[in-house]
Amino acid sequence: MGETAKLIDENGIRIDGRKVNELRPIKLEVGVLSNADGSAYIEQGKNKILAAVYGPREVHPRHLALSDQALLRCRYHMAPFSVEERKSPAPSRREVELSKAIREALEPAIFLEKFPRTSIDLFIEVLQADGGTRCAGITAASLALADAGIPMRDLVAACAAGKVDGHLVVDLNDAEDKDGEADVPVAYMPNFNAVALLQMDGLLTIEEFQEAIELALQGCRQIYSLQKEALKAKYIAIKEEAAEIEEE
Amino acid sequence: MISRLRQKQIAQLIASGKRLDGRGLTDYRPIQIESGIIEKAEGSARVRLGKTEVMVGVKIGFGEPFPDRPNEGVLTVNSEFVPLASPEFEAGPPSEESVELARIVDRGIRESKAIELEKLCLIPGKKVFVIFIDIYVLNHDGNLIDASAIASLVALMNSKVPKFELKDDGEVVKKPGFEPLPIRNYPIAVTFADISGKLVVDPWLDEEEVLNARLTMSFDRDGRLCAIQKGGSGMLTPQQVIEASIIGREKAEELRKLVVKS
Amino acid sequence: MPLFYENRQIVTPGDLLAEGDYVAGNNTYKHDSKIYASRLGLVEYKGKNVQVVALNNFYVPSIGDLVIGKIVEVNLHGWTVDINSPYSAILKASEAFNKQFRPQKDELSEFLDINDLILAKVIAFDRARDPSLTIREPELGKISYGQIVKVSPAKIPRIIGRKGSMITMLKKETNCNITVGQNGLILISGKNREDERIAISAIKKIEQEAHTSGLTDRVTEMIRKERGER
Repeated sequence: MGETAKLIDENGIRIDGRKVNELRPIKLEVGVLSNADGSAYIEQGKNKILAAVYGPREVHPRHLALSDQALLRCRYHMAPFSVEERKSPAPSRREVELSKAIREALEPAIFLEKFPRTSIDLFIEVLQADGGTRCAGITAASLALADAGIPMRDLVAACAAGKVDGHLVVDLNDAEDKDGEADVPVAYMPNFNAVALLQMDGLLTIEEFQEAIELALQGCRQIYSLQKEALKAKYIAIKEEAAEIEEE
Repeated sequence: MISRLRQKQIAQLIASGKRLDGRGLTDYRPIQIESGIIEKAEGSARVRLGKTEVMVGVKIGFGEPFPDRPNEGVLTVNSEFVPLASPEFEAGPPSEESVELARIVDRGIRESKAIELEKLCLIPGKKVFVIFIDIYVLNHDGNLIDASAIASLVALMNSKVPKFELKDDGEVVKKPGFEPLPIRNYPIAVTFADISGKLVVDPWLDEEEVLNARLTMSFDRDGRLCAIQKGGSGMLTPQQVIEASIIGREKAEELRKLVVKS
Repeated sequence: MPLFYENRQIVTPGDLLAEGDYVAGNNTYKHDSKIYASRLGLVEYKGKNVQVVALNNFYVPSIGDLVIGKIVEVNLHGWTVDINSPYSAILKASEAFNKQFRPQKDELSEFLDINDLILAKVIAFDRARDPSLTIREPELGKISYGQIVKVSPAKIPRIIGRKGSMITMLKKETNCNITVGQNGLILISGKNREDERIAISAIKKIEQEAHTSGLTDRVTEMIRKERGER
């Protein structure tokens, strides 16, 4: 085995120039697809992910309908061209697991009981992957749900932390995810101080894990503010435009 | 599906620190472990956790290594929720719960580097041993994850790898005899259910229907976390997560002693 | 007892709006003694009531609502109607005719067929059943002319305006008949296509800028300019 390049240098700077507690640049846009009831797009580092919501709408097939609440269905899927080596379009076991985990992360946030016998169908498509896609997907999905006018208890913000070259860091990119020592994705609802998604793989002592969670939650809180800004952005722009016209 | 009345009963009892089957909040059900029961498999085990019953068979074959790990054997974990195990299981492609379970058990074994995969290489870049772990759920009475993880570990521990010789012409020829599968770590999964705001260990079927969220934590022999998975559509506080990690490490150690003894 | 925003500020789901002895109005919910927004919209504090005027939502039927629907299926005893809602509506034959009617499928489709549009009223709806409609009142029935424009149901109150001020202005300035369905569908019928087009433009503008002030004046100006230019 050859020498693997170091992921963090002596000054604690990572290969993409970030410090250990710095998030990658994030761009969020809401309402990007005209057919879906709600949609959002996120870029985080080189991640490019689209989230779209159809619903609430009638459940097909009908026998799946729940009598006392809406049925939330989620499909996390990666485009064949999204990764270095072409990925088959058929759902992999990883995509099946992540679809479940993402659905379970968003369920507590939605007032499902208000719309019995309907379904809310959430689609997350990873157009380009660069580590942390499930977290970025959840961040975008929350916005898509809000964009669709689906009532929610809170937005769900997601961020991963992990261990790379012995350091605990936030928001791992692809190289750090693949060659690092641990990855801890977290989804969080700040109003309830509640963790909605939590996974981990790698090797961490309990103390390191505690620190990693704290880093991830800090990341989630920052992303939460960005989510709120993105939701309001479209309307604030219109409001300012209208105010300008008034002044003329 | 249990009645609403029973659901309430379970939740109320747990709120006052008790469980319907008399266990303490951090007690496992009685565990029975048997190994080497399927002679045609290279390794096998059967675990009964209360009434939950899981069998694991290890088959060892050959194949190509992963391109990014040319000198290592390959590990693959599969799980089958056999229809006879529960009225809820149907024949067909694996459900999301089945896929999730296989991946959680896989992560525990893989991240703790339990199997010395570097010792399972025959021709670097071309031919390596492939370890197939197949989890077969025979009766579902709750907490399939922990039962499957224990059964997988025990099956690996009694697995035998056939001896092989690499000839000059590149051919791989079987020699008589076996070697034990090289194991260096013993990952154990501990699953909690959050019910009425309390964490209970090893939820049984009825408790699984009432739970708000489920948290599985896997620990290696040094008490380090090697896998975590939150399940269920509820939420947990960060404090609960930390609490679970501390209790989990202790319970994992207790279970590991049982496994290593068997 | 604190309020955390100013009236008509934009709030997002999960924003803490008030704490204390307040009542959770539309698009908000109460947890402990805190009131949070559940939808993106403009917060409104009215005495003890805290509510959010949603910027976007979907239509959930209320009994008494006037709706515009499209027939999607002809059944044995009536029709299934798409009312732009997560729930399909039922129009029973008995709610379509004033006299005794013997149900025979052919005759039903002669009266209302797939893709026909109707102006109807919601007469029943609860958690266990799909909404039921009637077209037996005088103004209701099949829609035979005019154009339909679809807006987010959240904007309907703004299009109607306080005490009907906006809709009255629209009708007057565009010289069109405008019927507003609570489900976000609006029927416009004027003397010519151009008037109808201007009315649709005006409605779309209101939908876009519903959350701004001075809207009525701006829309009036826009309509007059367009009609003046003809």
